[in-house]
Amino acid sequence: MVEYSKQVIDHFMSPRNVGEIKDADGIGEVGNPTCGDMMTFYIKVKDHKLEDIKFKTFGCGAAIAVSSMVSELAMGKTLDEALSITNKDVAQKLGGLPKNKMHCSNLGADALHKAIQDYKQKNEK
Amino acid sequence: MHHTIFFDNASSTRTDARVFEKMKPFFMQKYGNPSSLHDMGQEAKDAIEEARDRGAALLGVAAQEIYFTSCGTESNNFALWGLAKSLQDKGKHIISSSIEHISILNPLKELKKQGWDYTLLPVDSFGMVNPEDLAKEIRKDTVLISIMHANNEVGTIQNLKTLAKIASEKDITFHSDGIAAAGIIPMDLKDLGVDAYSISSQQMYGPKGAGAVYVQKGHRLKPYLLGGTQERGRRAGTENVPAIVGFGEAAKLAAEEMHIHAAHITGLRDAFIKGIMDQIKNVKLNGHPQKRLPGNVHISFEYIEGESILLLLNMEGIAAASGSSCASQALKNSQVLLSMGLTPTTAQGSILFSLGKFNTMQEVDRVLEVLPAIIDKLRKMSPLYKEE
Ligand code: FES
Repeated sequence: MVEYSKQVIDHFMSPRNVGEIKDADGIGEVGNPTCGDMMTFYIKVKDHKLEDIKFKTFGCGAAIAVSSMVSELAMGKTLDEALSITNKDVAQKLGGLPKNKMHCSNLGADALHKAIQDYKQKNEK
Repeated sequence: MHHTIFFDNASSTRTDARVFEKMKPFFMQKYGNPSSLHDMGQEAKDAIEEARDRGAALLGVAAQEIYFTSCGTESNNFALWGLAKSLQDKGKHIISSSIEHISILNPLKELKKQGWDYTLLPVDSFGMVNPEDLAKEIRKDTVLISIMHANNEVGTIQNLKTLAKIASEKDITFHSDGIAAAGIIPMDLKDLGVDAYSISSQQMYGPKGAGAVYVQKGHRLKPYLLGGTQERGRRAGTENVPAIVGFGEAAKLAAEEMHIHAAHITGLRDAFIKGIMDQIKNVKLNGHPQKRLPGNVHISFEYIEGESILLLLNMEGIAAASGSSCASQALKNSQVLLSMGLTPTTAQGSILFSLGKFNTMQEVDRVLEVLPAIIDKLRKMSPLYKEE
């Protein structure tokens, strides 16, 4: 079925960090204009580090795998490190994505970055 | 690993073993060109004519009214172009519907560039064209109407006889795309009153590579494949003899056995629909509750997306299809579903399970065994889903 890499299939079949965080420190939500699909990231921050990350995704297999990979890459990282994760990094880590699925990889990092911005805004004096 | 459960018969069907047997000699023994004068040529020609008889018998028309093509898409192109171009002196307006296959819609777009105009009729939430809408849209320059018999996605069967009657009263040529219907539901084209009708071999347990068009005697049709005089000059090119022979056999088997299969498939369909409705919440059956193809189970699973459902089904060895934009190369929602008024989100979660004569109740049970967990798994990941 479609040319998904082993890594995409793995993350799609057993996605890491699915769920919500009730008392999240930051929430980031993005919609995918091409598909009308959605991704929501929840983060818990401690000492400028991402202590916990959870996500929920409405989208294709690639979108789910991307969310999972982003959450894994960012877990435990400092906020600045997490902000430097790009969509390209994510696609690369997943062993590449089919061409017409590249746009799905734009969702993941964006949603995470939004959650971090949300956190920063709330905590700005 | 289980064998693949093929619930995607709308995309293609398994060739019946009897059809394949019938085709075999036409590769290495009876490989003559039907246009050749020698015996091997005539042998191939006779085989094609026999296939033509059988196709005609299936549709209730005369053999001289059947033209072979290479597939369903070509059949639709052949009919639409050929009829439009031969009618252009009378007028250049065509009426069709918003749920047609792309092999109708794309030629229409092209015709528009060449100076034709067309109107696409809307459908109701079941996918039905309202005959009154057709009557209303007829103009002085309307020369051709093309409305599909049964929809390949949601399985809705139109009131073709009523629609064709409106056309004939105004002396307008009426074509129908019957690719999803032919060989699956009984029909008599003379009774339906259509002037032209497209069919395809691979949708009725025949091989890929053959299609046909019925064109009622007396209609002019401008050919677009130019060359020899095959198909009485309307479709040049050496005939795909093995495929046409297979098509003929498939037509014969369909005519003889269709009612048995329809009963079997309808039983599977209804059990499957009931099983889904009983076990999974927030689902919607798309298409018409009664006027639907025997094997069509088109369901929207709310809150989730179809491509991811297909992936998980595929992991379980189950083949199906989806109207989700994520599952399409063009990343567009199914136009059929949007035309029926589904929201894009609901269209995203749609799955087409299309059952055929080779499917069994064991297969239905097996899919019902794994489907609820698949839907549940994806819903738990969805930001749209709130657990009750
Ligand atoms: S979310 Fe639609 S293609 Fe990936």
